[in-house]
Formats: sequence, C-alpha cells, structure tokens
Amino acid sequence: MLSTALIVFREVLEAALIVGILLTATEGVATRGRWISFGLGAGLIGACIIAVFAEAIAEASEGMGQEIFNAGVLFAATAMLAWHNLWMARHGRELATRMKTVGQGVGENSRPLYMLSIVIALAVLREGSEVVLFTYGIAAAGTGTLPMLGGGLLGIAFGTGVGAALYFGLLRIPTRYLFTATAWLIVLLAAGMASQASAYLIQAGVLHALKPVLWDTSMILSEHSLLGEMLHTLVGYDDRPSAMQFLVYIASIIIVGAMTLAASKPVTLRAAGTTAVIVVSVVVTLSLISIPAHAAQQTYCCSTVDRVETKSM
Amino acid sequence: MMKNSCLLLSLLLLGVLTSPAYAEIEQYHLVIKNHQFTPDNLVVPAGKKVKIVVENQDSSPEEFESHDLDREKIITGNSKASIYVGPLETGSYTFFGEFNPKTAKGTLTVE
Repeated sequence: MLSTALIVFREVLEAALIVGILLTATEGVATRGRWISFGLGAGLIGACIIAVFAEAIAEASEGMGQEIFNAGVLFAATAMLAWHNLWMARHGRELATRMKTVGQGVGENSRPLYMLSIVIALAVLREGSEVVLFTYGIAAAGTGTLPMLGGGLLGIAFGTGVGAALYFGLLRIPTRYLFTATAWLIVLLAAGMASQASAYLIQAGVLHALKPVLWDTSMILSEHSLLGEMLHTLVGYDDRPSAMQFLVYIASIIIVGAMTLAASKPVTLRAAGTTAVIVVSVVVTLSLISIPAHAAQQTYCCSTVDRVETKSM
Repeated sequence: MMKNSCLLLSLLLLGVLTSPAYAEIEQYHLVIKNHQFTPDNLVVPAGKKVKIVVENQDSSPEEFESHDLDREKIITGNSKASIYVGPLETGSYTFFGEFNPKTAKGTLTVE
C-alpha cells in the first residue's frame, strides 16, 4: 500500500504543482474553475487512452515512440505556456487594473483560458498514464485491490495537498506583483518542460547530448528527493543535465522570457524572433548530425545477440 | 543581421566539431522475468554510445529507471524496448524497475 501511495504521490505531485501555479495565474478569473476542471477531466480520460495504447506508442518510431510522444507532449505544453505569457503581456496590465478597481471577478470573456486547460490536460495525461499502467500491473499480479486503492487515494491526497500549499503560498504575494510573479514562474516551468523534452529526444537517440553529464549535483540535492522533484517540475532542476538540455533550458528562458516582456518593448519581440530562429537552427543541425548514427547502426551493426536472433528466425 | 549570421555559423560549426562520428552502436540485452533483471550486472564499454534492449517477459508493465543514467522508460508486458545510453565514463551505474523496486535491481558496469 505504501509503495502504491509513494508512486502515485510522485506522479500526482508534478501535475498538482502545475495546477497550483496556473490557479494562481488565473486568480480572479470567474470561469477558471470550469476551464481547469475541463483540463483535469480531459487529462484523466487521455491518461487511460494512452495507457491502453502504451504498447502501440512504444513500438512506433522504431521503438522510440514513447520518448517522441513524451517530448511532443512537453513541447506542446511549453508552447501553450509561452503563448499564454505573450497574451498576458499584451492584456495583463488592463486585467490587473480592473482587478484592483473592481476587486475580484474579472469578466468571463477576457482570457483565452483554453491554453491553460490544454497544459493541465497534457500534464495529467503524461503522469496519469504511468499511474494507470502501474496500477494495472498490481491489479494483474492480484495482490489485492483494496490496499492499492487505499494507497492510490493516499498518494492523490498528499500530492494535491502539496499543490494546494503552493497555491495558497503564492496567493500571499501582493496583487500588484501577482501576475508578474506567476508570469516568471510560468517562464521557468516552460523552460523546465522544454529541457525535459530534449532529454527524451536524447534518450531516443534523435538529439545529440553534446556532453551527457554537464555537472553532477546529485550529492547536494538529488532530483529524486521531495525537494528535488518539486524543483524539477517548478524550475526544471536536473541533478545531471546534459549540455544540450542546459542549452535548451537557457534558450527557452530567453525566448519565453522575451515573449513575456514583449508587450512593453516591441524590440524584445524581434530579438526573441531572431533568437528563436538561431536556436531552432542549431538544434535542428545538431539533430541532423546525429542521424547518421542510426544509418550506420543499420548497416554495420550488430552485436552477437542480434546475429543469433537473425539466424534463429 | 551580419552579426546574427556569424553567430549562427559559429554555433553550427561548434555543433559539427563536437559531434563524434558514431561508427556503430553496440547492442546489449537485459531480460525482466518475475520482476528481476537478468543479468543483474551488465558490462558495457566506456566512451561509447550503446543501445540496451530490455525485454520484459512478465505480463505486467515495468518501468526501467536509472537515476545514475538519467533514463526512464516504460516497457509494457511481454514486449521489448530500447534505451540509448552513453558515451559513459567508467564506473558503476545502478538501475531498477520502478514498478517493482524491491526485486527489480541491477547495475551497469562501464569499463
């Protein structure tokens, strides 16, 4: 039961922290409850669908489908967060003014919250599908449904609790700074997601790591401790990042950060565009360079095991 | 614009220079059965990118996870999955099955 609780907690935690930040970012918006529930619901249904098709996904892209899928989900969430910040940069000031004058309850029509719905749905879908697969494994082993259910609920309760604590903690930020603070939290969240996505592409052998381990701070703060895991979600902390991951992280902060500032300074938007073009070209080039690796693998290889397999077939 | 192009070019060049040519990628096999890894100590060469093929012979899914290698991958029941690692430095790297961490444990020895 405790092992189930722990694993469910860790998966729920990530989604709960993201929901916590987005709840804060939408503070004062009347319709947010509907949009966030919609995201959660869609994510849960999506998680079950993904779990059912886990095998098909895994077999896609020459066995690298899972990594490509995860990277795609994370990049999509990054893009949605960036878009949200860009929109907020354009319209945030009037929202803040209205919030100050009218108090709570900014009009229903004012914000395209579906972007945040999608982010939540994607987060729940990714983490949730792992929970579904894990619990399916336990159920298949037949070690009792009741302890599993209890553990699962315990995990969900604790995970949601941490997310709620984050939300109420962030609400202590004075209203005047609230949107600025959440905007920058979203920048870090987005950069962390992009860096994690690149890690999946490296794992799939599609993207070059440049240097597999840029630094190792696992002795100081393990990425798999509670604090490490929270920082991993919130700001993209990685105790052993590759050089490519670091590059993608920094590039995302620059791009999404510039988009966040874009409204006040049109120049920054152009700068962001240029940076985006450069960064994308570099990443694309680096990926192209690593493609010959696959080609070579097919012609040259293989280890003895593969030869044996071929013979026996 | 000129400055940007120069920057772009130098970054591209950097990419080309830092990319080692992968002549071939060796494959290594791991089997999961009864929530245990066989072999529980896999030896791979240092300084090379290698491909580890994990075959899950159990009917339940497992997640291959390694903090040391920074890898995680779900392997559904009765199926195979490939994981690229490296180039690695010599040493010992632990991995485990996240869904059955008590029994599914192993090390990757790089030499």
